Amino acid sequence: MASLEIKGVKKRFGAQEILKGIDIAIEAGEFLVLVGPSGCGKSTLLNMIAGLDTVTQGDIVIGGRLVNDLHPSERDIAMVFQSYALYPNMSVEQNISFGMEMRKVPKEERTRAIQEVSKLLQIDVLLQRKPSQLSGGQRQRVAMGRALVRKPRIFLFDEPLSNLDAKLRVDMRTEIKKLHQRLGSTIVYVTHDQTEAMTLATRIAVMRGGELLQIGTPSQIYNQPANVFVAGFMGSPSMNLIRSRLEVRDGVVQLVIAEGGMSETIPLSEREDLRSFAGRDVIAGLRPEAIQDRPSQEGGYRQSVSATIIVTEPTGADTLAELSIGGRELIARLSADCNFQPGDRVRVSLDLSKIVFFDPASERRIGT
Amino acid sequence: MASETQSSQIAGNRGFHWSRLVIYGLLFVFALIYLLPLVVMLLTSFKQLPEIYAGSMIAWPRQWTVEPWINAWGKTCVGLVCEGIKGYFWNSIKMTVLAVVISTLIGLLNGYVLTQWRFKGDNIIFGLILFGCFIPFQIVLIPMAFLLGKMGIASSTAGLVFVHVVYGLCFTTLYARNYYVAFPDELVKAAMIDGARFFQIFWRILLPNSTPIIIVTVIWQFTNIWNDFLFGASFSTGESAPMTVALNNVVNTSTGEREYNVHMAAAMIAALPTLLVYIVGGRYFVRGLMAGSVKG
Repeated sequence: MASLEIKGVKKRFGAQEILKGIDIAIEAGEFLVLVGPSGCGKSTLLNMIAGLDTVTQGDIVIGGRLVNDLHPSERDIAMVFQSYALYPNMSVEQNISFGMEMRKVPKEERTRAIQEVSKLLQIDVLLQRKPSQLSGGQRQRVAMGRALVRKPRIFLFDEPLSNLDAKLRVDMRTEIKKLHQRLGSTIVYVTHDQTEAMTLATRIAVMRGGELLQIGTPSQIYNQPANVFVAGFMGSPSMNLIRSRLEVRDGVVQLVIAEGGMSETIPLSEREDLRSFAGRDVIAGLRPEAIQDRPSQEGGYRQSVSATIIVTEPTGADTLAELSIGGRELIARLSADCNFQPGDRVRVSLDLSKIVFFDPASERRIGT
Repeated sequence: MASETQSSQIAGNRGFHWSRLVIYGLLFVFALIYLLPLVVMLLTSFKQLPEIYAGSMIAWPRQWTVEPWINAWGKTCVGLVCEGIKGYFWNSIKMTVLAVVISTLIGLLNGYVLTQWRFKGDNIIFGLILFGCFIPFQIVLIPMAFLLGKMGIASSTAGLVFVHVVYGLCFTTLYARNYYVAFPDELVKAAMIDGARFFQIFWRILLPNSTPIIIVTVIWQFTNIWNDFLFGASFSTGESAPMTVALNNVVNTSTGEREYNVHMAAAMIAALPTLLVYIVGGRYFVRGLMAGSVKG
């Protein structure tokens, strides 16, 4: 277990800047997820932490020790790769013990460590098999076993679940989380899957185009996204981003949604912080689950508006509905038993405590 | 439905077709044409000399004899020495095995460096090595003779091994590099994190997973080096000559009567090792050459 600090790290390949100055610091025992679309530099950053890629500028500090110029094997890290990277010529047991063998760990100690880890991951019956004789999930476990057995100071995961089928992915996700809870190890985890990021992380770093857009707890990232990209990237279905206008009417800040001759005005009585933005165009961000079909108690943060149903998609647990408010099309997560039909004119209730606003020019969040 | 029509199509293929008959007929004729010289050689090598002079070439031996084989191995005259070809056979074995092992190992090492330890200008170096594949043997004869003389290994098996290693490197490097280009680099990265260094990664991770390309390289190198005549004739003299040169000296003798049966037996002995390598490794050869051509 160790803390990790990334200070102003840049990476250049020739004239191309892959990472444009990344600053991240996490405590020992944290689960940091680097998330972003492909090509955002998250894997490069992970490789740099591992020592598989050189740092052009900046410092990487593991447990208070500058590791920029250390060989990967001297950084006391372990890595789980997307392709599992199991040595095909070695049995499961040999795969797990290879790292210890290279570090000249005595044979008895190796055997004991292998037993311990293989029990923990329930792969003790597979020890004599070759990787080609294992299923995807089993390979994944062996890859994790190889990392765990060394008890490194930091675990690095490079999209470890993306080669598994959907069901297995969810199971393994839970197992990784359990493992983290049990071992309390420091983990850096790269994924492009926002669900994995939300479910696993204690801290999420959202990256795009070599820049760190936002770092925070899952709840901060989800509820107070720093900009339009983070808002749209995290959450499924993604946040509704509504081109609209803020105005002050009757002394109250109002959100005006208008399109194609229709309009809807929603009072934001509690949002005095937005008064200075009155009269300006904004992008309003509203999560699908903030639009509900059961109008509970009115007032405060709840506001009832009328909407036209365009299409409904029952998922079993709830109903996703595309509906139109003030002429703008939004996705709403309604209750499973709502019986709305396309074309219905209905009342839905908005949870305004969760609404966020962005400046359309800079795309950054405004207000508090 | 779909599977039904498919199976009936397959069943239809099993039925009699004129096109099949033509194909198999042609294949049979060509196989016969290619096999005929080998058959003549084998038959002749088991005949007695008078029978050869008298009879037709493809007639069955009236009296089988292994005498020509024994003569070829231990008694026939190579130049002025009449001790058979056995010494030269061992020369060739020594030379070929050493040259094949060394050139294959260095080639694999080159391929490993050129793909997994990329450095500035690595493609230029690979291009230069590749260039070596296109240099005709004849061009290097004189400079090579000069160099071997300077190194003090002229007219020796060591010298021939050196020449074949140098010449084979271009090909072995090309094969190994193209094989390792498709080698998952995550394996190398994982080994690095596990604490393995340059040669440990090569021995423990790369080599055990290189069987197909090793077989291709070994077959290629073995047949080329074993069959080489030009280098053997140019850079060796007398006792240090390889099999191919000795065979030439046996067959092209200008004294006495021509012992065709012994010549044929000697030629068969000379061809046996390559034949063996092909039979053992042949199936891998095609598989290895195809490896990497389709992304799997």
